[in-house]
Amino acid sequence: MTYVVKPKFHHPELPKNKLGYTHRDYEGAVSTLCAGCGHDSITASIIEACFELSIEPHRVAKISGIGCSSKTPTYFLGNSHGFNSVHGRMPSVLTGANLANRDLIYLGVSGDGDSASIGFGQFAHCMRRGVNMVYIVENNGVYGLTKGQFSATADRGSKSKRGVVNSDNAIDMVGIALQIGASFVARSFSGDKKQLTPLIKAAIEHQGAAFIDVISPCVAFNNHAGSTKSFDYVREHNEAVNFLDVITGRAPIHVDYAPGTVEMVEQHDGTILALRKLNAEYDVHDRQAAMSFLHHHAAKGQIVTGLLYVEQDPQDLHQHLNTVEAPLNTLGEKELCPGSAALEKINAALR
Amino acid sequence: MKPTDISVPDYFHKVVDCQWACPAHTPVPEYIRLIAAGRYSDAYMINWESNVFPGILGRTCDRPCEPACRRGRVEKDPVAICRLKRVAADFKDDIRGRLPKPVKTKNGKRIALVGGGPASLAVARDLAPMGYECVVFDQDPKSGGMMRTQIPKFRLPETVIDEECDYILNLGIEFIGGRRIDSMKALLKENYDAIFVGCGAPRGRDLDIPGREEAKKNIHIGIDWLSSVSFGHIDKIGKRVIVLGGGNTAMDCCRSSRRLGGEDVKVVVRSGFEEMKASPWEKEDALHEDIPIFNFLVPKEFTHENGRLTGVVFEKVKAEYDAKGRRKLVPTGEADEHFPCDDVLVAVGQENAFPWIERDCGIEFDKWDMPKVDPTTMASTHPKVFFGGDAAFGPKNIIWAVAHGRDAAISIDLLCRGEDIGVRPPPQVKVASQKMGIHEWSYDNEIALDKRYRVPHRDKVVALRDIKAEVELGYDVELALKEAERCLNCDVQTVFTGQLCIECDACVDICPMDCITFTQNGDEADLRTRLQAPAKNHTQDLYIGNDLKTGRVMVKDEDVCLHCGLCAERCPTGAWDMQKYLIDMTHAEQACQQRTQSAA
Repeated sequence: MTYVVKPKFHHPELPKNKLGYTHRDYEGAVSTLCAGCGHDSITASIIEACFELSIEPHRVAKISGIGCSSKTPTYFLGNSHGFNSVHGRMPSVLTGANLANRDLIYLGVSGDGDSASIGFGQFAHCMRRGVNMVYIVENNGVYGLTKGQFSATADRGSKSKRGVVNSDNAIDMVGIALQIGASFVARSFSGDKKQLTPLIKAAIEHQGAAFIDVISPCVAFNNHAGSTKSFDYVREHNEAVNFLDVITGRAPIHVDYAPGTVEMVEQHDGTILALRKLNAEYDVHDRQAAMSFLHHHAAKGQIVTGLLYVEQDPQDLHQHLNTVEAPLNTLGEKELCPGSAALEKINAALR
Repeated sequence: MKPTDISVPDYFHKVVDCQWACPAHTPVPEYIRLIAAGRYSDAYMINWESNVFPGILGRTCDRPCEPACRRGRVEKDPVAICRLKRVAADFKDDIRGRLPKPVKTKNGKRIALVGGGPASLAVARDLAPMGYECVVFDQDPKSGGMMRTQIPKFRLPETVIDEECDYILNLGIEFIGGRRIDSMKALLKENYDAIFVGCGAPRGRDLDIPGREEAKKNIHIGIDWLSSVSFGHIDKIGKRVIVLGGGNTAMDCCRSSRRLGGEDVKVVVRSGFEEMKASPWEKEDALHEDIPIFNFLVPKEFTHENGRLTGVVFEKVKAEYDAKGRRKLVPTGEADEHFPCDDVLVAVGQENAFPWIERDCGIEFDKWDMPKVDPTTMASTHPKVFFGGDAAFGPKNIIWAVAHGRDAAISIDLLCRGEDIGVRPPPQVKVASQKMGIHEWSYDNEIALDKRYRVPHRDKVVALRDIKAEVELGYDVELALKEAERCLNCDVQTVFTGQLCIECDACVDICPMDCITFTQNGDEADLRTRLQAPAKNHTQDLYIGNDLKTGRVMVKDEDVCLHCGLCAERCPTGAWDMQKYLIDMTHAEQACQQRTQSAA
């Protein structure tokens, strides 16, 4: 870790967003992770995404579990709400918070240990219910805090730093998310912010369960030859299907891409996702095709990245449950106690 | 762009903006770190070696380093480099034991130095310890030149001049005071092996307007008047004084007047306030002593009565700029203004004058009647005659005089050894890693956010009573340490090794100034627009690192780097390292050592 405080000085020409903030205003404390950790790049991408979307920091709730990844919310959005919860329990804590106040932007940050092992069930149910959130898994395939044992996302056949070969099958988080109904599914790589930052922006704008699996090399324990989550391996086997530009309603839309290579996807809130297709056949609206595409390429040892699936009219948990729109803490006695006449009516209906 | 060749000494030298801007290339961050460590004598010696007059310059330098200071680009005000130099001089121990000793056996070469000011003394300082017999001639009884005669004692006490001039004269140099050289031909006949002309720009420009002759008793030429004040020949002036001119001499004149009986002292300048030649801090000091500065007034006539000056008439002008941006002062058409006064000091510029150099002695002069001098070797067209200081290229300042002197000393040494003075030995550069542990550096990499500290001044009432009372009191130790902490250590360089880089982006993410980008290569104009933050300062280089696995390049904009070392701390592979760059500029002694080394 670094002992000096990151200097407050910033570049005199730093751009400011609509709120008058620079991206430095979206930082948190200096990272205490190992130097070179992929997670720090994801942190930087989250900072950049929130800056570019001109999000007011106090409108964000960042919630995490336990692990290297779950430490990272300390390192971004120093002025947001935060909750560092129990191991694997980020989804249920976040679901509760979301039910109580749907006005906030919910950012769940987790890792492969937190979400694919101890919190696997939590992850699945949270996606299945369609909680309106951004679910980021910082996926390095090892337990970094306990010195590099394989995690549940480590590929079968990959080698640990000490040379042990992993004999267990890997859980593909993206595959599960697609299968159980996440309405926005993407995969990216911490070493490619150009791809990652727009994906995070799109996920924030997406009004439903958005899942991003970010492969994030563990420099200390999983960045060697034989690893399938090292910088070199991911760069060599990265099969990006598309790149994204997020166009928010505020900026005038002007597109200068070659015709036929770009698909414009309008999101529910008016945001437009401009998808630069690298693979012409790939259709981001076809869940089944996406799943088979992933399986097909995984078998070839390729790591498919990009926006893999997006539902154009997502529904979220609040719509399913028909909950009240106002945050619960703003409800007064009048709304919460409708009076004896109303109680009589309910009781009568149950007789 | 091509990958940066960091083995070229100039590359990292330019990153140390202050040192690059200093004519004598003083290693500024190095001595500021020594001050911060309480090693004042060491800090002083570093200064003494590169700029010869630390105590004098620490009070009077024109400080080209400060506008260049990187701190001014990332915060507001530069580090008070000049006043920290004074700190080293003020708090040092007795350093006489660390100075070179007079040599017992001379090398038999005799050098004449005309003028005993900073340029000549710098030449003698370098040559005497090598065995040269140096003879310094000056018209005044004491050495120091304009440092002694033109800078008022309330800015530069006599004791400081004596001390630092003596350090040099005690090296076994012969100083012949009170002797004015009035013929170059005669001097050449005395068979010196080389002659150095460092006689300054001794002639103050006059103002030839009506009434000048009639009222001459109360109209004085600024630099001559300052010189007379300095030697005690003048100790009073009228109650109402007008100083004409907007340079540093004008500031010295008006402030001296305030101390010699001037109660209503005004400075009147042709140009606007901003365009005045005086340093901003000197204008500030004058205003602080209740001296108003009037701008856009051109003197038209001295008024007088019975041979006595009564005032000056000024024409009001305004600045107009033509299509090329050149300024022209045109009359506003308003009525002229008359300022009554008892005395006028004319400080409207200085000129070189070489009436004593016969134009047929082998020294060529140009169309401005200035000697033709090579800016690198300081050689004139006469093989044995060299120039330096104001005598070479017109009025500049002390630090330039020192730089000229040191360059001339190399030339004189080469000449006396029968070598080509055009072949200059290269400087010596040391680059060493500052890494002490995983997150420990041998320099203090934490960035202080403090604003520039003001130097305490003597109480105005007390200061104005005594022309010898120094106005600036200098930083005390506490202020000095705080100010020293503001230095960004720009000489501790960020050194990048592409082969070690795994492109994890950790440096990009941590850099507080968004200096670092990994991207596809391109030409410079294109790259400058594609970085984390735009690189609009074209005077600052882009550092290009290659050998990356993805085929991209690392681009670092040197402009606003804080040298905080966070890139190196967050680098998992040591691809970034913080390395201290020390350049030892070539000087005469070194040129000789190198030759012995190569001969061995």
